[in-house]
Amino acid sequence: MTHARNPGLPLTTDWFDRVQVNRPAAERRAATLTTRRSVKKEHQAAWLVNAIRCTDLTTLAGDDTEDRVARLCAKARRPLADHIVAGLGLQDMPTTGAVCVYPTMVGVAKRALSNTGIPVASVATGFPAGLMPLDLRLAEIRYAVDHGADEIDIVITRAHVFAQDWVALYDEIAAMREASGAAHMKAILATGDLVTLSNVYAASMVAMQAGADFIKTSTGKEGVNATLPVSLTMVRALRDYGERTGVKIGFKPAGGLKTAKDAIAWQILMKEEMGRDWLEPDLFRIGASSMLGDVERQLEHHVTGRYAAAHRHAIA
Amino acid sequence: MPTVSEALSLMDYGPAPESPAVALDWLNGRIFGHFIDGAFTEPRDPFDSVNPATGAVLAQVSQGSEGDVAAAVKAARGAARKWAGLSGGQRARHLYALARLLQKRERLFAVLESLDNGKPIRESRDIDVPLAVRHFYHHAGWAELIADEFPGMRPHGVCGQIIPWNFPLLMLAWKVAPALAAGNTVVLKPAEQTPLTALLFAELCIEAGLPKGVVNIVTGDGRTGASLVASDVDKIAFTGSTEVGRIIRRATAGTGKALTLELGGKSPFIVFAEADLEAAVEGVVDAIWFNQGEVCCAGSRILVQESVAERFTRRLKARMATLRVGDPLDKSTDIGAVVDRVQLDRIRGIVDQAVAQGAILHQAPAPNGPGCFCPPALLTDLGAANIAMSEEIFGPVVALMTFRTPDEAVALANNTRYGLAASIWNENITTALDIAAQVKAGVVWINGTNLFDANAPFGGMRESGFGREGAREGMLAYLTGASPKGRPRKAPGALSPLPAGTSGDAVDRTRKLYIGGAQKRPDGGYSYAVPGAQVPLGGRKDIRNAVEAAHKATGWSKVTGHNRAQVLYFLAENLNARARDFAPRDEVALAVERAFYWAAWADKHDGRIHSTASAQVTLAMKEPFGVMGIVCPEEAPLLGFVSTVLPAIAMGNRVIAVPAQSNPVPALDLYQVLDTSDVPGGVVNIVTGPRAELADTLAKHDDVAALWVFGEDALCRNVEEQSAGNLKPVWTEPTIRDWSGAEGQSRDFLRRAVQVKTVWVPYGA
Repeated sequence: MTHARNPGLPLTTDWFDRVQVNRPAAERRAATLTTRRSVKKEHQAAWLVNAIRCTDLTTLAGDDTEDRVARLCAKARRPLADHIVAGLGLQDMPTTGAVCVYPTMVGVAKRALSNTGIPVASVATGFPAGLMPLDLRLAEIRYAVDHGADEIDIVITRAHVFAQDWVALYDEIAAMREASGAAHMKAILATGDLVTLSNVYAASMVAMQAGADFIKTSTGKEGVNATLPVSLTMVRALRDYGERTGVKIGFKPAGGLKTAKDAIAWQILMKEEMGRDWLEPDLFRIGASSMLGDVERQLEHHVTGRYAAAHRHAIA
Repeated sequence: MPTVSEALSLMDYGPAPESPAVALDWLNGRIFGHFIDGAFTEPRDPFDSVNPATGAVLAQVSQGSEGDVAAAVKAARGAARKWAGLSGGQRARHLYALARLLQKRERLFAVLESLDNGKPIRESRDIDVPLAVRHFYHHAGWAELIADEFPGMRPHGVCGQIIPWNFPLLMLAWKVAPALAAGNTVVLKPAEQTPLTALLFAELCIEAGLPKGVVNIVTGDGRTGASLVASDVDKIAFTGSTEVGRIIRRATAGTGKALTLELGGKSPFIVFAEADLEAAVEGVVDAIWFNQGEVCCAGSRILVQESVAERFTRRLKARMATLRVGDPLDKSTDIGAVVDRVQLDRIRGIVDQAVAQGAILHQAPAPNGPGCFCPPALLTDLGAANIAMSEEIFGPVVALMTFRTPDEAVALANNTRYGLAASIWNENITTALDIAAQVKAGVVWINGTNLFDANAPFGGMRESGFGREGAREGMLAYLTGASPKGRPRKAPGALSPLPAGTSGDAVDRTRKLYIGGAQKRPDGGYSYAVPGAQVPLGGRKDIRNAVEAAHKATGWSKVTGHNRAQVLYFLAENLNARARDFAPRDEVALAVERAFYWAAWADKHDGRIHSTASAQVTLAMKEPFGVMGIVCPEEAPLLGFVSTVLPAIAMGNRVIAVPAQSNPVPALDLYQVLDTSDVPGGVVNIVTGPRAELADTLAKHDDVAALWVFGEDALCRNVEEQSAGNLKPVWTEPTIRDWSGAEGQSRDFLRRAVQVKTVWVPYGA
């Protein structure tokens, strides 16, 4: 982390309560982001490698086991086949930005990633719905941190947004931040539940004021996960926060990014709206599980000129 | 090319070129002739078509001579009867084939357009070509439906069409598709800077099996255009500068050629404090930094509310810095090359003057190299008098000023000669629609900008021209209704201010001018004699006073149609009650009927909701012009006056009427009925006198928005010529109408009394 953490600040509702986000305009901008910019050849390969560096390789399923998590960690350490890395002319094997698991899997992930420098992120706070008593949610954060989690992905109480009870929302996120301690906190807004972009903007701003280091779109479990218009809205919120405070906040789209094309699209969004700094893993993460496979296939094509088959690459 | 590792540390975009190979193969150093009667002529008098991004010569095209134009018009004339005689369905098949072929060659057209014009491939590929294709499909539909939807109407015949260089293929589609659908044949002159896609389109016409002579394309510069305007065509449709529009208006005066003009603009882009500012910033990108700002409807005047001006301006500058200027064929280019050196110099010249007049310029340096590149620019700290606020720049340069209140926003927005488009940013739909209703613009986008569709009328008010393109309104511009069957009108005899014998009244009756709801003596202090009466001899100053009075009567244009209907019904009632006071007797009963008729229409000439893009409400609202002049026919002194003035005011206009010169008495007697019928003062103003002179004054008056003249050829010619000053739409009719029959209350009166304002409202929760 090359920049100072977000210290947060007292709840300041006038930073967002009159902001209205126009959906058609946001959709239009989102739709033209990827038609206005194109990356080809070496640049495209570089952008795909960068996407790997920024990926939180994730497994958050009811059937997760320790062995399954260990296998995921192995992929995080070696996300590309050796011949691809060589063909790309990279000095080192890239690694993913982090591995993201449930709290009970933090221990095994830490062991599997020891000496790699790859952080372990844990979801917490009654993921994905978050409808548990606050003390239990905070206890869950402490549990994950105690087991070595470097990053905590919390979920917010959507009801507070619907009720526009910004005080309650702020207080719970601030308490979560405190419970996270040295672990970096990503606030999941579950934007598919919040529905309107104005809700998304307001929730983003409250989360940042309450001390979130990252704001994150989705749990991956809502009906609609990360979309470009939602991401655009959140990115603009964190830019506004940065303009007002000088603090850099990270952004993590999650769920819904499945392809190499998605990986490029979101990086274009970050570069256009935020600039180069937000293409580094300390300020940009992609929460994904299947996207890596497609990225690897595209990179193999770049190296060999042949279209690749998934079964010839190591499974995550 | 950097290595992957280097690219990874830079994380920039790198080059992403679209290949010009196929387009260059097609061009192959060719020298093009004109496309006349289904074949290319031998090239003659060739000049270069240049790629403005590199200076490279792409091909050579021929400078069209008067003879070339005549040959093309002859070919079009020869094909006209058969083409118009095809069934709508048969014409539809041809248009459909053109649409399909255009789609099958979409990338070739896009690349060729970017090479020739300098616009980014992203725009030609994603905007210009798809819209052109859409236009042909849409109009294939109109061709199919024409008999059902436009009964009793017929094509003009041969249309001369002159298009600009900013959207070469798209403007071709806007012109050619409706003309062909309506059954016209065309001679099209593309701009000399950008003729290539039109020539490629000519090959498409051959490929599609379009009958010979239906589409003819003559290349060349303004001289060729002038030849086309002067040639034996039935209609001229022009898109281009207001300056050339004026020349064409004068050149076609009195020729009987139908005319539509789509001209320049200086469109306001209004940002309220309640706007989504991020959306509005992106809107500016789509408004003025689209197509290098070479867009007639570009939002080139930003008006931003004071409370958010600082934040908005800061964001706008930051956004401007991320725009990429350069190779039009690079897929990551936002702003390509300006069309040619002349235009680039013009842009720089105006910017220099703006700065000399006190504006502050924010602009990145221009890239090096031979291309005509102009980086995006923002001008701040300027007043309404700065050249950058009044002149159309036609470049990627936007001027910004602030406003305090909605009223002031409207005042600043309308502080222009133009009236093409307006963009309004406010999340409060109540305020936004109020502003939309008040701005003088043919197209209004709410929380959006530069939205186009073949099924949305597009066109201007004021000096942005007249006529609409697209949708049903656009089809009407290529059709004509039944014209009056009567004999040519003749000028009335000369009038004299000298005494002329006995008036014959037992008690003298004094008739005055009627201005602003009051009886006024003529400014000059003279009267003239007509049979049985002395009537005021009005002049220029009386017209001036009448126009001022009409402008004050703004309420009439705002009241409901129902209110206006009530007033007109009351007028009918009162006229009927006093029927015996009026002569000629045979006209009185009909005049009463006509008043009832137009009263009935007052609340029923509805606008439309057009089906365009998804999640859009696209409204076509019919608005009165405001202040109109009407020079009434000589042939029916009472009925002619009533039949022309009442539809105009029924639609909400305020009128300066010049009654029949030889017998203005019934019109003057009518003002007492107007008074007793609660017609507000200033809605109808009556100025009697030498009508050629009065009509001339009305035609030259810059604050008269439209003019109807029912008079002889010479009068019609003069008012058309003089109207070039403010480019007011003029309806002239040199043949006598049968006022007692259907001709006396035709739909033309409704259509000519309003102008369409298209309002786009995108929606989404």
